[in-house]
Amino acid sequence: MSLISVRHLTRTFDVSKPWLNRVIERRKKAFLTAVSEVDFNVEAQTTYALVGESGSGKSTIGRMLVGLLTPTSGDVEINGVNLASETDAAKIDHIRSDIQMIFQDPFASLNPRWRVRDIIVEPVAARGGDTTGLAEKLLEQVGLSALDAGKFPHEFSGGQRQRICIARALSSEPKLIVCDEPTSALDVSVQAQVLNLMSDLKDNFGLTYVLISHDLTVVRHMADRIGVLYLGRLVEEAAPEDLFNNTKHPYTQMLLEAAPRMDGFGREAKLPEGEIPDPINPPSGCAFNPRCPLAVERCRTERPKMRDIGNTRVACHLAE
Amino acid sequence: MSDPVLSIRNLCVEIPTRAGIVRPVDSVSYDIAAGEILGVVGESGAGKSMAGNAVIGLLNPPARIASGEIWLNGKRIDTLKGDAMRRLCGKHIGMVFQDPLTSLNPLLSIGDQLTETMLTHLDISREDARKRAIAALEEVGIPGAAERIDSYPHEFSGGMRQRVVIALALCAEPSLVIADEPTTALDVSVQAQIIALLKRLCRNRGTAVMLITHDMGVIAEAADRVAVMYAGRLAELGSVRDVLTAPRHPYTHGLMASTPLASAGQPRLHQIEGAMPRLTAIPEGCPFNPRCERAADKCRQAPAPRIVDGQAACWFPRVAEEAS
Repeated sequence: MSLISVRHLTRTFDVSKPWLNRVIERRKKAFLTAVSEVDFNVEAQTTYALVGESGSGKSTIGRMLVGLLTPTSGDVEINGVNLASETDAAKIDHIRSDIQMIFQDPFASLNPRWRVRDIIVEPVAARGGDTTGLAEKLLEQVGLSALDAGKFPHEFSGGQRQRICIARALSSEPKLIVCDEPTSALDVSVQAQVLNLMSDLKDNFGLTYVLISHDLTVVRHMADRIGVLYLGRLVEEAAPEDLFNNTKHPYTQMLLEAAPRMDGFGREAKLPEGEIPDPINPPSGCAFNPRCPLAVERCRTERPKMRDIGNTRVACHLAE
Repeated sequence: MSDPVLSIRNLCVEIPTRAGIVRPVDSVSYDIAAGEILGVVGESGAGKSMAGNAVIGLLNPPARIASGEIWLNGKRIDTLKGDAMRRLCGKHIGMVFQDPLTSLNPLLSIGDQLTETMLTHLDISREDARKRAIAALEEVGIPGAAERIDSYPHEFSGGMRQRVVIALALCAEPSLVIADEPTTALDVSVQAQIIALLKRLCRNRGTAVMLITHDMGVIAEAADRVAVMYAGRLAELGSVRDVLTAPRHPYTHGLMASTPLASAGQPRLHQIEGAMPRLTAIPEGCPFNPRCERAADKCRQAPAPRIVDGQAACWFPRVAEEAS
């Protein structure tokens, strides 16, 4: 059985103006659909990556996986337990300790007034667990020194802080870690260190990662399976080799074409048309149709369903 | 080669602090020719933006140019002060910053901002300036420029805003554009559009560009030559193809190898151990020596050699066959 199973996951946000403005300006309520009908499974001890540009809903999905947001409709099941609808408190409690999260900004996600020791052991201490020597052990596992436990976050660089965040995520011995852009605030050489650390820990602890990123190269390096999101919809899902070498969806093709390449000296890339549409009024049919070079009439009226083509899942009428 | 548009000679920037004087930019020299794009890469704290700000006179006190010379079109500009500097730089240097929202005035329409810039630096009438503003917006690819010229910055998306900033930087027809991380805040697909735009406009007009970025991929696609900076010093300078495919400096090599792109198919990424030194504690000799696998005694004692184009500031540079 898959560790995570996501079914028809949808989340809308109310972005209406205040009541009085709506009355005076005669506006309707406005809803932004951040995530729309997303389905995927994540197998245990693999890395599943969600990629997409800003506004594609990748962070919203991540937050729903850990329970920071509740889905508007659809289900997230982790180890067969649906956190939103489960009533057995013991079961929820048990599952929650299996899930941890690493955030993008290591400057904002550590409390500046707490010592590193307290930060790292909090997930255990909050449940009344034994924390003796735990912070020191974890600090060494993430490549810092046990002596760092008594310091404050401001004494560390960005890469070191991200290591502290990883140590904190590991302290409750989770099975699943949701990593929301874990390296996008870091320099390339520090990114390499953190990504290598994440790979090592995954092997040592048998972790499952959901990796959220906008960086295709990071995703290609880390992931076992990649889901590409566009405007809150999953458009393509495949293993890295298939996604990069045998791309099915026109949006993924556009994204790969646009990404800068190390060997692209003086390359005149085929430029993407237009920009991401307004998520409050998404296009009808396939969300990508206004920018798609292949779009036909059907794409404007009918929303494509996820189809299996070989090992790839793709939501496009024309893909084959 | 004709005379360079911008020529920096042994530029040093100093900041006096309580812990002593630190040098975020130390003995940096490079030239940019007309129509050429020089990529300046480095990690955060490498001094790449500081060098750019020094050129345009935007150093925040107490940071100051301690020594060195900056020449623009054969005129020395680092000694200019106040008004003279402002007039010269406003006309001859355009600037594109990372965040398009903070580099536009939210209270003025984009048309006002463009015409104001042109009226200050060019000898033209208000009507002409408006016409040229519309033409400039069309050139950077803003649809319906004539209708949108009276819009305010918040009415544009991030990518469109960066286009406006580029129009603004180019409207006084400068001979040098300094683009400091112009696409870092943008999505991949928009980034490709902006880079292509910058490339096209500068080629067509023969504008020299200093493209400051941390993204090696952007450098590879846009730049003609590249300057790699480390701890305030130039590590390597050369044509983009040479530096990226056969890096001579161990730092450049490590940087290239640690990008996930370069190590496709390998289970682990190449790692440069340690981190960039703090400015208050730059090691003796070559600043990279504690992290360098090739470091010898000489690297710990003698400062790395001064370099010209096509060289690396290293006592034991990698040779071509080793790099490939």
